[in-house]
Amino acid sequence: MKKLFLGDEAIAQGAIDAGLSGVYAYPGTPSTEITEYIQANALAKERGLHSRWCTNEKTAMEAALGMSFMGKRAMVCMKHVGLNVCADPFVNSAMTGVGGGVVVVVADDPSMHSSQDEQDSRFYGKFAMLPVFEPSNQQEAYDMMADAFDYSERQQLPVLMRVTTRMAHSRAVVVVKDEARAENDKNYDAAAANWVLLPANARRRNDKVTAQQVQLEADAVSSTYNKLILPASGSGCPLGIIASGIAYNYVMETLAKRSFKQEVSILKVSQYPLPKTLVRQMLDACDKVLVVEEGQPFVEEQVRGVFESRNILGRLTGELPRTGELTPDCVAAALNEQLASDNEQDSEKLNAPFVDASSLVAPRPPQLCQGCGHRDVYTALNEVLKEYENPRVFGDIGCYTLGFLPPYKAIHSCVDMGASITMAKGAADAGQWPALAIIGDSTFTHSGMTGLLDAVNENADITVIISDNLTTAMTGGQDSAGTNKFETICRGLGVADEHLHVVVPLPKNMPEITRIIREEINYHGVSVIIPQRECIQTFKRHAKEKKVANK
Amino acid sequence: MKVDIILCGVGGQGILSIATIIGEAAMNENLYIKQAEVHGMSQRGGDVQSNLRISSEPIASDLIPHGAADVIISMEPMEALRYLPYLSADGWVITSTAPFVNIPNYPDINDIKAALAKLPHVVAIDIEQLAKDNGVPRSANVILLGAAQKALGIDYDKLETAIRRVFGRKGDAIVDANIRALAIGRDAQ
Repeated sequence: MKKLFLGDEAIAQGAIDAGLSGVYAYPGTPSTEITEYIQANALAKERGLHSRWCTNEKTAMEAALGMSFMGKRAMVCMKHVGLNVCADPFVNSAMTGVGGGVVVVVADDPSMHSSQDEQDSRFYGKFAMLPVFEPSNQQEAYDMMADAFDYSERQQLPVLMRVTTRMAHSRAVVVVKDEARAENDKNYDAAAANWVLLPANARRRNDKVTAQQVQLEADAVSSTYNKLILPASGSGCPLGIIASGIAYNYVMETLAKRSFKQEVSILKVSQYPLPKTLVRQMLDACDKVLVVEEGQPFVEEQVRGVFESRNILGRLTGELPRTGELTPDCVAAALNEQLASDNEQDSEKLNAPFVDASSLVAPRPPQLCQGCGHRDVYTALNEVLKEYENPRVFGDIGCYTLGFLPPYKAIHSCVDMGASITMAKGAADAGQWPALAIIGDSTFTHSGMTGLLDAVNENADITVIISDNLTTAMTGGQDSAGTNKFETICRGLGVADEHLHVVVPLPKNMPEITRIIREEINYHGVSVIIPQRECIQTFKRHAKEKKVANK
Repeated sequence: MKVDIILCGVGGQGILSIATIIGEAAMNENLYIKQAEVHGMSQRGGDVQSNLRISSEPIASDLIPHGAADVIISMEPMEALRYLPYLSADGWVITSTAPFVNIPNYPDINDIKAALAKLPHVVAIDIEQLAKDNGVPRSANVILLGAAQKALGIDYDKLETAIRRVFGRKGDAIVDANIRALAIGRDAQ
């Protein structure tokens, strides 16, 4: 059967067809569509596969381990920075090992289309001593899921599946199986001696997993996802190209289009640990090697080592840009530089625009939607803060981060999920007043609650605004874990009733909202204000659904 | 055959629906497809684009190189200009002429129109007005698709069939409106 699938959807369907029992995830671009696909899939519904959103990536990873402990197959999905949040269970999952297969899908975002850093998850795989799969196209992404689950069970280790934005968010035709594998039966095979990571157990497991690395590398050498094409002569090749994941496509695009005179050798890498035997064969056959990889120079650094005696080229030597996403253009330029061509059309000039209208193109940054409640919150906040000398507003991750941009220019920081509250507290500890935090509802339950407890325990002089739009808006409106529970949560954490307020952020309520913000800034202790109004996007969607239902 | 298409506009204008219709038509013809999209934060009122590649041969890259696009389909005139570096020398630009002004420094629309007019192959139409005048206010994007049909080199009835399949579950009224819009676009080019 043929389907037109986003990379994310191919992964989701691949997991279902591999006998998945549950997906555990927190939304994050570009990984969100994996879980959304499973939530909407008929077979997943029929089988009752777990697919509800988790509160954060750590709870997701741990729940997946629990499912694996019972012998069933589980998948965890997140964006790259989510892996930082679940680093503890992720790294330790190599020590416990798995029962049912576990695949951790992490979507990296080079060039930071929707992210705050460019970290490359393959380092985490190496760090945790886990095998890493990196598909280069949608079909491979689909096929790999079945192999990744099988491999996870065979090696009794989780598999990290690393994709990047262009893999996750690009569509292609994928041939899928007609029938899904059955789910695993529940079993009680999990041995406490592996799963209780007391030092004595952990030391034994650490030795075992460390020793297993030889096998993992041998498997990567023989993997059908890795392939080495050597020149017919077997040696004296002017250029070898090591290309991983999506970067392989840019190399193939260029080679297909240009008529280079010289033969090249190609090593495609889609399964790690790095298959060093194949790399050595290439180095022996080639004068120079260009490493083309999406993200940080993970392969390149390993191939170069510390001696740098070989002619290894790539991001570290300037043939490719040191940071940012690869493009077919920068890969073509790197190959052009290394290889001579017969075809005059291969010159760089071909790529120059024939009409230059760049002076007529203004940047169009994203902005808060018309009718969005965050707008009213920032309007109120700015009006009150005019009255103070040096107010500081600590922001957080979500649509409301756009409050940094004009016309609001309202926040002074945005670091990671939950950092608004803890940074405001740290600033207050340093003597700052007024110190405010602004955080969204989903971000608050993800990582803000623990910070609020710290603040309450010291009665820190901060004002926390939980701008609640009843959804996880930035990723497209997924369910938010704390909806209808925020007052109860804050009260439970110890926020005093008289300093806990719920308001409706609408222009007509401005006098009330500004009065409350002002009073709570002037109160020298923890206060929480919860402006609560549904996201305008989900509101419109719900209204439409209602209209259809009433027809 | 091989067509490299850049679809662009402002978040929420419906470029992904155009991509879905073209993709559906191409898949039904057993063609290879690659379509890279942008999701997430950049959607909120910012510029959005999608690279759509269709070919009878396997396609390697998900992204279109500079100077290689056969067609730019733009829901907004300034956005059409943003992607000109990707257009091939004999490529087509099919664009709406109605500016979407949500930034303070939006250039003079007459300068934009003049720049568009300099292109060798351009179809510039006010799809919003056409959509309103013809009673299909929600299908401006499909009017644009109709206007792009020839440049795309996809048979008209294949696009019509794709619209029926893509919008089928939304009911006959929506299917009919979009099929009307497609015809309006075809006749307007």
